[in-house]
Amino acid sequence: MESIILFAPLIGALLCGFGWRIMGETAAQSVSTALLFVACVLSWIVFLGFDGETRFTHILPWIESGSLATDWSIRLDRLTAIMLVVITTVSALVHLYSFGYMAHDENFDEATESYRPRFFAYLSFFTFAMLTLVTADNLVQMFFGWEGVGLASYLLIGFYFRKPSANAAAIKAFIVNRVGDFGFALGIFALFFMVDSISFTDIFAAAPDLAEREVAFLWTTWPAIELVCLLLFVGAMGKSAQFILHTWLPDAMEGPTPVSALIHAATMVTAGVFLVCRMSPLMEFADWTQSFIVYIGAITAFFAATVGLVQNDIKRVIAYSTCSQLGYMFVAAGVGVYSVAMFHLFTHAFFKGMLFLGAGSVITGMHHEQDMRNYGGLRTRMPYTFWSMMIGTLAITGVGIPLTGIGFAGFLSKDAVIESTFAGGTDAATFAFWALVVAAAFTSFYSWRLLFMTFFGEPRGDRHAHEHVHESPASMVVPLAALAVGAVFAGMVWYKPFFGSEQKVQEWFGIASGEKHAQVLLIGAARAAEEQNDASGEDSGSGAAALPGQGAIYMAPDNSVLHDAHYVPAWVKLSPFFAMLIGFALAFLFYVRRTDLPAKLAANQAPLYQFLLNKWYFDELYEHALVRPAKAIGRFLWQRGDLGAIDGFLNGVAMGVVPFFTRLAGRAQSGYIFTYAFWMVLGILVFITWMTIAGGQ
Amino acid sequence: MQTGDLSIILPEIVLSVFAMAGLIAGAYGGRDRLGPAMIWTTSALFAALAAWIGLQGAGTATAFGEMFTDDAFARFAKVTILLSAAAVLLMGKGYMARCDLIRFEYPLLIALAAVGMMVMVSASDLMALYMGLELQSLSLYVIAALRRDSVRSTEAGLKYFVLGALSSGLLLFGASLVYGFAGTTGFAGIFEAVQGRAPVGLLIGLSLVIAGLAFKISAAPFHMWTPDVYEGAPTSVTAFFATAPKIAAMALLARVVYGAFGGIVGDWQQILAALSVASMFLGAVAAIGQRNIKRLMAYSSIAHMGFALMGLAAGTVAGVEAMLIYLVIYVTMNVGAFAFILSMERDGAPVVEISALSLYSRRSPTRALAMLVLLFSLAGVPPLVGFFAKYSVLLAAVEAGLVWLAVLGVIASVIGAFYYIRIVYIMYFGDEESELDAGGSTVLASFLVVSAALMLFGLWNLAGIEGPAAAAASTLVR
Repeated sequence: MESIILFAPLIGALLCGFGWRIMGETAAQSVSTALLFVACVLSWIVFLGFDGETRFTHILPWIESGSLATDWSIRLDRLTAIMLVVITTVSALVHLYSFGYMAHDENFDEATESYRPRFFAYLSFFTFAMLTLVTADNLVQMFFGWEGVGLASYLLIGFYFRKPSANAAAIKAFIVNRVGDFGFALGIFALFFMVDSISFTDIFAAAPDLAEREVAFLWTTWPAIELVCLLLFVGAMGKSAQFILHTWLPDAMEGPTPVSALIHAATMVTAGVFLVCRMSPLMEFADWTQSFIVYIGAITAFFAATVGLVQNDIKRVIAYSTCSQLGYMFVAAGVGVYSVAMFHLFTHAFFKGMLFLGAGSVITGMHHEQDMRNYGGLRTRMPYTFWSMMIGTLAITGVGIPLTGIGFAGFLSKDAVIESTFAGGTDAATFAFWALVVAAAFTSFYSWRLLFMTFFGEPRGDRHAHEHVHESPASMVVPLAALAVGAVFAGMVWYKPFFGSEQKVQEWFGIASGEKHAQVLLIGAARAAEEQNDASGEDSGSGAAALPGQGAIYMAPDNSVLHDAHYVPAWVKLSPFFAMLIGFALAFLFYVRRTDLPAKLAANQAPLYQFLLNKWYFDELYEHALVRPAKAIGRFLWQRGDLGAIDGFLNGVAMGVVPFFTRLAGRAQSGYIFTYAFWMVLGILVFITWMTIAGGQ
Repeated sequence: MQTGDLSIILPEIVLSVFAMAGLIAGAYGGRDRLGPAMIWTTSALFAALAAWIGLQGAGTATAFGEMFTDDAFARFAKVTILLSAAAVLLMGKGYMARCDLIRFEYPLLIALAAVGMMVMVSASDLMALYMGLELQSLSLYVIAALRRDSVRSTEAGLKYFVLGALSSGLLLFGASLVYGFAGTTGFAGIFEAVQGRAPVGLLIGLSLVIAGLAFKISAAPFHMWTPDVYEGAPTSVTAFFATAPKIAAMALLARVVYGAFGGIVGDWQQILAALSVASMFLGAVAAIGQRNIKRLMAYSSIAHMGFALMGLAAGTVAGVEAMLIYLVIYVTMNVGAFAFILSMERDGAPVVEISALSLYSRRSPTRALAMLVLLFSLAGVPPLVGFFAKYSVLLAAVEAGLVWLAVLGVIASVIGAFYYIRIVYIMYFGDEESELDAGGSTVLASFLVVSAALMLFGLWNLAGIEGPAAAAASTLVR
């Protein structure tokens, strides 16, 4: 069944991409969409029927080279099952949605160009690559998927290849990701170097051993585990657009909106979070790296939220929101509560996918206008879109009834993140807690701002555009409705497995609990014992010590954050709720009551406003610090090195030296026998002289 | 002399008797009317002898007091020589007919040359060596000048003869020096006598013998006759010069240096390496300036002999094997290339200017494509077989520690690629429509296409020549 899920999108991509000339455009689109729905239904069956026991499906032998031997096989555990559902559901709905969204496109000539099959083929190919990534049972297979999604992302961001901005954005995404991928690749090399295997099973089993080792890298020696985890996290930072490597994500909005929903909100950008969770057996031993992850995640969450406050492009607001939410997930993973990271990933996929698709619906309704300042009053014109965006906003801002476990999906998962972070207890976690609470207020503000500016108030901007506003076709509205169901209920239904008692979580993730493993893990046990001395009377965990690699995630015996998160003070549990209320109130004030206030504030605080509007000047900084020097070096090597030295040398040889000798040879060939005989005798003379001097007795 | 000896040289006897019977029949019988039939018969006999020799069992036998050796190496070389001679003879028939050159002597002289070559590759004594060499050379002098009414052809024959006499003199002088120091003319005896460090006089003799043989394979600086003879001789004769005699001389050189001087590999290795480098570079550089495709092929063969010498210079079994493989592939490519050159005609008259090929691909796409494959293969472009030929000799040189030689070989082959690919350029991107005739004989077209196809499909296992070549090499190197 897993094989069908994995390969259905690939077959769809191939049939659609290469077969559309035979079967026609509509049929090709339908085939790829239908195959995706098949994969989606099978994924739900797998997800709901999964018992938590990790199982493997061998597909084919892949690489055999020295001690590097790897097969292509599917590892199905809880993490994979969650990702399968997320990917195939969003992807299937996005395929359906694209029927409507891509029906007409002014970037292409309808009569002569068939862009739709290409689009669907790319989408299906992306889905296949993403599924390869999450079903991998070894790092190289995962890297294959990792690069595959990068390729698909590049192709889809640059889908409007006639737009220079789209091409630039595609290249930017590709190159920034290359930085991260380089780290990831180095991490894989390091693991192979030390463990001599790239299979997850072997790596996880070696984790306690790695924690004791050191490795020389660059100028110094590092604790092996920290280095490996850091390098892997650098890969995750690139893919998940974390602070420093985040600049590509907002620009990626140049792609068609369904792409933004699928790749740059629900699935690909969460691959980094998935990687960290997948590597939890290693991460658990890398304390320093975990703190680093927490810091980076918290800074991203805060930074992206601040930038999101002032953006005017509807897709960019949501893009920064995505960036910020990814920060939340990393914080949760960094404090060691991987289940909560996955929980937020899971719910986020629904509501963020829906927000993007809703935004796409608005954009098509408004004839490809993306500036929110030209929206307004669309509530009555696009009722379905409005209500779905409303649900999405309620979900992302975290509306719910505090202390009860009733609320929209984002409410439950975000609160879980914040509570876990507080329970983390370290300096990093405390910093992250406050950053996340503030970010929650910002999230609420910009989300409501988006909603108010788009759907409330008077129509602004081009009157002609507003007159022709229309609700989107059914193919676009139905996916919105389907995702709305997830945005409302996903949190409540799966709250317990992801963030319930430890036992529930362990059962859900297939972690074998119980004493029978306790004695095996000596190092872990010893550490746990030490911790227990410090941690006074509180019971740290259930006393169960699973081996790294058992089940989908691993939480070290000394990791009691999940447990502690349930006993945080009430004010901690309430804080995100109040942050949300503050954000909502401010947005309501600014964009419904006193619509003149934002402009005044922007004028008053011009430096701050400009700073945020220009995204903290990151692009400018990179332009000056990296892009220009790189271009200068490139130009130097091109002009001086390639054209000057290499071409110059070769041209000199080819056009000067060789023809000179050719003329010489031609002249020697005089046609006279005595010349020829002379050369022969000369040759003999040289040989005899040589033999006399060099050889003989 | 015993009957056992005669049975060992039976193929040579058969061929000689055929040649003499043919002469009598021609002289007293049909004269030149027998020409076409004689060509067919000779080719058929070559092919039959090749099959006979090729299918003989393994093992080594000697005759006439170890003057004549029949071993795997000799058989490998003989089969290649006979098959290529048969092919070239058939290819040239149409050309000779149009030039009114079908004399009955022509196939018979080639048959006698073949006898000489067969003796050469089997020679295991300086006497047998010289006998075979002269029989071959004398036949070749005559057929180079076959076109009596052409000044160029007679000039070519004369030049070849005079310079050939010089080289024979050098060789004989060298042989007498070797005899003086070793006390015997048999290779086995010389091998016994010359071990470790050799006296200078013997080394001078060795140098002279190698120089005499280098003349036959046209290795620089003993190559000067080649372009002129190739240009002056009738094209079908040129095709013959470029193929069978090269194999024979190369095989003879291998037999001399390994069979007689296998004990002083270090000494002759230097000479061969120097010859190799000089030939590769001269062949590559001088060919660039050529406008006549026959002269170009002359320089091309000089460069290719340089590469084959590189395999020989390695001084290892792998080197000899690489050289043999190189020769077989070289001959196959040249048969195809000359089939193409023989078919270059304008209004029924032969054309040899490269510029005449301008935009030939439009006129005759199939033949242009086949020639493209052959030229790329000659240049050593992967994945064609010609690349693997070069690769095997380079590998042998590197494994024998002659990295510098291999590096120079690669550089030379880069330079050499230019003139092959320039022909492709002219054929496909020239500036005026070719005026060459589009038609042509089916015999030539089929040789061209088969040879090109071998360059493509021979990748698989190199058409099975590796096994026999390895066996041949291992019998030679002691």
